[in-house]
Amino acid sequence: MKKEQGSTKRLVLVGNGMAGARLLEELLERGAGDLFQITVFGDEPYGNYNRIMLSHVLAGEDGEESIYLNELGWYAENGIELRAGVRVDDVDLPAREVVDADGGRTPYDVLVIATGSSPHFPPMDGLRREDGSLLPGVSGFRSLDETRAMLEEARRYGTGTTPAKAVVIGGGLLGLEAAKGLQNHGLDVTVIHSPAHLMNQQLDADAGAVLRRSIEEAGISVVTGARTTGLTACTEQSGSGRVSGVVLKDGRSFPADMVVVTAGIRPNTDVGLRAGLVVERGVVVDDQMRCVDQPETPAGPGQVYALGECAQHRGETYGLVAPLWEQATVLADVLTGADPDAAYHGSRTSTKLKVAGVDVAAIGQAGPEHPDDEHVVFSDVRRGLYQSVVVRDGRLVGATLLGDTRKTAALQQVFDRGLPLPEQRVELLFDLGATAEGSVEDLADDAQVCNCNGVTKGDICGAVASGCSSVKGVMDATRAGKGCGSCKEVVSTIVEHAVAAGGGALTEDPSVHWYVPGVPLRKDELVAAIREQHLTSVSSVFAALAPGGAEDAKSKMGLTSLLRTLWPTEFVDERDARFINDRVHANIQRDGTFSVVPQMKGGVTTPDQLRRIADVADKYGVGMLKVTGGQRIDMLGVRKEDLPKVWEDLDMPSGYAYGKSMRTVKTCVGTDYCRFGLGDSTALGIALEERFQGIETPAKLKLGVVGCPRNCAEAYVKDVGVVAIGGGKWEVYVGGAAGASVRKADLLATVDSPEAVIQLTGRFIQFYRTWGNWLERTYDFVPRLSIERVRLVLVEDSDGMCAQLDEEVDAACAAYRDPWKEREAPDAPGRFSAPALPLLPLPVVPRRPMGAPGGTPREQLPVEIVMPNEEALVSGAMAGAQQ
Amino acid sequence: MTAVDTRTATSGVRVAALAEIPPGEGRAYVVPSGAGEVQVAVFHHRDGRVSAVDAVCPHSGGPLADGQIDSCVVVCPLHLNTWDLRTGESTSGQARVRVHGVSVDDDGGVRVTPA
Repeated sequence: MKKEQGSTKRLVLVGNGMAGARLLEELLERGAGDLFQITVFGDEPYGNYNRIMLSHVLAGEDGEESIYLNELGWYAENGIELRAGVRVDDVDLPAREVVDADGGRTPYDVLVIATGSSPHFPPMDGLRREDGSLLPGVSGFRSLDETRAMLEEARRYGTGTTPAKAVVIGGGLLGLEAAKGLQNHGLDVTVIHSPAHLMNQQLDADAGAVLRRSIEEAGISVVTGARTTGLTACTEQSGSGRVSGVVLKDGRSFPADMVVVTAGIRPNTDVGLRAGLVVERGVVVDDQMRCVDQPETPAGPGQVYALGECAQHRGETYGLVAPLWEQATVLADVLTGADPDAAYHGSRTSTKLKVAGVDVAAIGQAGPEHPDDEHVVFSDVRRGLYQSVVVRDGRLVGATLLGDTRKTAALQQVFDRGLPLPEQRVELLFDLGATAEGSVEDLADDAQVCNCNGVTKGDICGAVASGCSSVKGVMDATRAGKGCGSCKEVVSTIVEHAVAAGGGALTEDPSVHWYVPGVPLRKDELVAAIREQHLTSVSSVFAALAPGGAEDAKSKMGLTSLLRTLWPTEFVDERDARFINDRVHANIQRDGTFSVVPQMKGGVTTPDQLRRIADVADKYGVGMLKVTGGQRIDMLGVRKEDLPKVWEDLDMPSGYAYGKSMRTVKTCVGTDYCRFGLGDSTALGIALEERFQGIETPAKLKLGVVGCPRNCAEAYVKDVGVVAIGGGKWEVYVGGAAGASVRKADLLATVDSPEAVIQLTGRFIQFYRTWGNWLERTYDFVPRLSIERVRLVLVEDSDGMCAQLDEEVDAACAAYRDPWKEREAPDAPGRFSAPALPLLPLPVVPRRPMGAPGGTPREQLPVEIVMPNEEALVSGAMAGAQQ
Repeated sequence: MTAVDTRTATSGVRVAALAEIPPGEGRAYVVPSGAGEVQVAVFHHRDGRVSAVDAVCPHSGGPLADGQIDSCVVVCPLHLNTWDLRTGESTSGQARVRVHGVSVDDDGGVRVTPA
């Protein structure tokens, strides 16, 4: 259906590839069928097809028919005149006519040049025959015809008894696709690539190396850094003058029954050049895809446009499909007037595809280009994994993913929008621990955020809605983040979002900086005041330093710990200032009973100790006997009034499994029996535990000593971990954790004797006691100060405080007294004899059945067994986990 | 079990001598109440006052008498929930506890009148 001339403008499109086809679709979508009479010239005799899919056709994965975007009939249906197989040679700009190869002239009002690009054939001896045609058996990999020919040859050669050989010149994206396709047909394929690594346009050298290994593992040979300088041909007599091999610059040669050249593309600019348009690498266009500097016409400014691979915009030419689509959208807006101000600003190129079976995504820059660029790389060559990000001035400017491209969408979004990046750049590649910023918005209101205290996102938002505007305020109101603390970051983020969503501003409760909530001073200020005023009891601290002299229940435990540290001998012990665990030297359980963990230094015990433990468990109806993670034995379910008798019968010291103190020193078998041991870890562990037993610290402190780097006692994830490395040397690590947080400890120093380990450990402990905040574990303390700073102070003695620390820790250790000796003279009436609960039958934890491990004889079962309530109980920060 | 003196005086049941409760600490007692018995946690504040509330925390059965106190609140030792000892209201979002009458008689005896 032809349109009436005169009512519509004549639009001529030269080029029927992917860019041209996309433009037609975009134009039709904007109603251009009524505005323009469209004529399309395509030099291939087909409708338009998806060139990207040619590699699938070559690989035999898709048939030709499946790659057509629009077949010939589509043009007629849409009133478009398609001149398929007709090549345009020239444009007569003044006359506004295109000139085709047959000499025919077609007038236009609007002209769009979308002539695409052609394979680049580097200069090679013997490439062309005398008539200028390619040597038989040599081909580019660009068009459907080339693909058909390659397919036919591959099928013919691939079925031979000895595999035919194919050489692919150029190891970029297309070359690797061609190689894989030919290999699928049974050919023995070698890729020869002139740059030093594969896909050098998209990947840096390391990523290229990983890709190379994957390609080679797939059975394709790869030669890099090698330029092909010549092709050899069969003699006319023996063959048909076909190609027989390639010769490299360094003299190596490879036999070849077929050669595919994929050494890049060149924009097809002939038409533009002949027309007299500005052509550099491509036909130069402005932001509306209009060719620059074209002569004015009587009808107004020049109406010649270019898009696709033949166009050069702001100095860039593109060889990927995404930019072409963006250009087509802009041009359709401009031509139809749908958006006369539409402008193309260039594309940030990114690719995500499967190259020869390997997933590859490349976004922006492949590697660092400026000296200040941050480059974070993860590489696992054996598994074919390579992931990297390039960050400049806090913005993502490049990312490469090889082997695992699941992060592509997220990275693309960050790249496109210039979103703020996580402080730990590696989180761009891996989800580390807590929920990341942004995703909290996706959480449902009933999603549980704090698993310890069962607080949902809705609870947190509710607290904000009812007036809390600080993170601490919300945490106090909901108890979110007050269990193990691992959700604090997510809680903070939700509070920030909720406060912002309500139009408010986040406030900071100044008390977050105080050592304890009831005394408005930071730790250093508090320590100074306590020393200056010589305050030796908790009640005197409240009287002197708290507002109005008011005591505060939640501050008592922290102050007790601090005063014991500051006054090892002068401390006035007020038992009400201690947490219940520290009053009765056992860990309170959910049913009001206690757990008893005797000291078992270094995890080493004796038959006699085990017999006593067994006897005590029988005698007092211990509900469960459990081997702890800290290498000792936990006796659970002991009544408070039985504690002194249990200790007496055990006649072992307290294991301090309840306190904010040094808990235990785990050890491995060491040198006595282990055939790998490099140092006597057991003896050193016992010595450490004996030295530092019971010493108070801002939060619990777990130690480990291992006799070799096999790390059987997990020293790398301890607050202080010691590792024998042979030759009498020991490494001392600090700040590790494997609880609610997992962190590998930092190496503090390598020392050359057990005595030096003990000295450095003591120095670190006292340093932590002095500067650590209440309940701050070493895994927060060490990163807060930085391991470099800790090392300067403790190893290099940069601040001249080592002698004092050594002296102070000596005094603290000397003040040790086994608290279980208090059984002989309890500090107060009813200390143990007055049970708190249960006085009446209450829900209790069911005992293990008779005969089960840790089970209780039936006659000792409590009278009434009630199922416990279903609520999950998790130890709070103070109750502490048992070890 | 702690024995309770069941002599009824004008001001409740004598549960202990004040000297038996160290300053700043609490103890739990079973007190007769109407037809049955009630468990009461009695606290001896450092300023000499006494307070009494239900002995069992409504959140998960924690022993409040083993909790830490100041002049206003008790902190449950299990999960650190807090209750105002004067009103029984929780300051950490839990159900309230009952406040029981308590006084110290002239002989230094602590007397509880269940609510």
